[in-house]
Amino acid sequence: MRLYFEKRKTASKKTLVIVPAVSLVISLILTGFLLLAFGVSPLQTFAAMFRGAFGSSRNFAETLVKAVPLMLTGLGVSIAFRLRFWNIGAEGQLVLGGVAATWTALFASPYIPSFLLLPAVLLSGALAGAAWAGVPALLKTRLQVDETLTTLMLNYVAILIAEGLFYGAWRDPGGMGFPGTARFPQAAWLPRLYGRVHYGLIFALILAVVLWFFIYRTKWGFELHMIGKNRTAAHYLGVNIKRTILISILISGAFSGLAGATEVAGLARRLQEGLIQGYGYTAIIVAWMAQLNPFASLLAAVLMAALLVGGDQVQMMMRLPAAVGLVMQGMILFPLLAGSLFSEYRLRVSQPHKEETS
Amino acid sequence: MILLVQSVIAITIRAGTSLVYATIGEIYTERSGILNLGLEGMMLMGAVTAFAVAFHTGSLVLSLLIAMGMGMVLSAVHAFLCITMRANQVVSGLSITLFGTGMASFLGQRLGPAENNFYLVGLTAARFRRIAVPFLSDIPILGALFYQDILTYGMYILIPLAWFYMFKTKHGLNLRSVGESPQTADAMGISVTKIRYLYTILGGMFVSLGGAHLSLSYTPGWTENITGGRGWIVIALVIFSMWNPARAIYGALLFGGINAIQFRLQIAGAAIPAPVLNMFPYLATIAVLVLVTWWESKGKKRLGAPAALAVSYMREDK
Repeated sequence: MRLYFEKRKTASKKTLVIVPAVSLVISLILTGFLLLAFGVSPLQTFAAMFRGAFGSSRNFAETLVKAVPLMLTGLGVSIAFRLRFWNIGAEGQLVLGGVAATWTALFASPYIPSFLLLPAVLLSGALAGAAWAGVPALLKTRLQVDETLTTLMLNYVAILIAEGLFYGAWRDPGGMGFPGTARFPQAAWLPRLYGRVHYGLIFALILAVVLWFFIYRTKWGFELHMIGKNRTAAHYLGVNIKRTILISILISGAFSGLAGATEVAGLARRLQEGLIQGYGYTAIIVAWMAQLNPFASLLAAVLMAALLVGGDQVQMMMRLPAAVGLVMQGMILFPLLAGSLFSEYRLRVSQPHKEETS
Repeated sequence: MILLVQSVIAITIRAGTSLVYATIGEIYTERSGILNLGLEGMMLMGAVTAFAVAFHTGSLVLSLLIAMGMGMVLSAVHAFLCITMRANQVVSGLSITLFGTGMASFLGQRLGPAENNFYLVGLTAARFRRIAVPFLSDIPILGALFYQDILTYGMYILIPLAWFYMFKTKHGLNLRSVGESPQTADAMGISVTKIRYLYTILGGMFVSLGGAHLSLSYTPGWTENITGGRGWIVIALVIFSMWNPARAIYGALLFGGINAIQFRLQIAGAAIPAPVLNMFPYLATIAVLVLVTWWESKGKKRLGAPAALAVSYMREDK
């Protein structure tokens, strides 16, 4: 008897739901064993995490605060992934978006009428994110330079630029030794909905709908699909591949840049270390978990954020390391990745006497 | 002046050791066609377990073995996901990093002694000390190379050995052929799956060993995020060395040297802002990548990037 994989004729729809659900269960079981090994009750921990993330309106608000940048970057990354363009530079695009938004809010504000300042702040963030993604996109389309590595390298450059500014040239001398820029003028503040949840949430929801429409209902969406699935066929259908890739990656970067702008304008209202949280990397996981579907990305972002906030709560309430949340994120991903195979292949068992040649 | 140069060289080599081990490990992995972005997580796991074992047992040999074992386990997970389950290598590597980072932080707060609240932070344990090689360490300037710890001396031997194995032995040829064209290798009777598993796991072992050097020698002890992004820097160094173990040293020296120079500049109060200096290696890596790609597109000799890097292989797909 021998096990082997057989390619499915059409991708299985059922596995899209079953695999993430099973992965979550497996992750709970594995993390449970880990906690048991250290003499901690898994049920108590999971209950505390759940309460921490969803237990009260204040806790849920904190989960949403962390979910907003994950939603925006996750949506952005999913556009690039549709094209099989491995943009792992969402972190850098987010950070640079925050930097550009800060520049507009602090240094361009005297020249902008105050009712236009906030739109200008957000727009400059999106543009900076797009530009930062545009570099690897141009290198890819013009010179075929591998985008995985260039987008990754540019993350460090962006982070170093940001750190150089808020530790150096832009540092607020009145900051009492706390590294960060001065506070934005009030006209550049992104209003809040509830608690610390800002309007970035509304942008994320609207953009998810817009993106869904464009991806599933327009020619551009179809072209993305074609390029991702079969580049040669797309070429013969008359798709301008290079231009489509370039434009899509610019949009992908703009989403992350906007995420950075809403973070600085909605939370700290200044540029500081708190912007650099690794959201751009988690975004990749969000997009992957959601199988690149915009609405599923929103849910996946909330789940990932809940694990982070739940982890923080466990640390406070049970004096367990907050890293439990990160461990669980990883533990969800392993079965999820293993399971993605089942949407395209099915496991078959062959009897040796029937198929000796295989 | 000589003393200054000597101290810069000494710090550079010390800072570069963990990078060289990890770079050589990742070069072997990538040469087989598997991209592992889980380095940061694997280095952290190596660092935390090595330190915990050194603290509790005092045995440095056991520490290294456990650290290497951690790297092998984590890279085996990556290998299973990417090779057997044909998962996306970028995402799988990122999840290894995510898991490893979280797990290392978790262990750092659970593996310590009860009197320290189970924390490993702030403890001291057995460590690798520097040993002077008689006579050689007295040479001006170059003497800096011969007043180092055992792992650094091991690195001097590993670099030529790793190069020789990859380019001058049949095993190395098999490895490279699997990374270049798995179809051809398969047709020649080489087991693509076996080779990829083998070198992904072997590579992971060296990566975690690099992590162990951090907690047992370079910055002895455990602190959260002790790697400070070195796992990502190594991804850049692999490109910088164009997938050749012999060149792994250059990139490591570049990064290590920048650390050392910065340290000196800070003391001297110089005006070059640190971020600009720190950015240089990343920009240099992008420049190298662009040049290599451009060079190869001209139909010139291939320079290094394995053609089948990050492409999963399945015989039935053809």
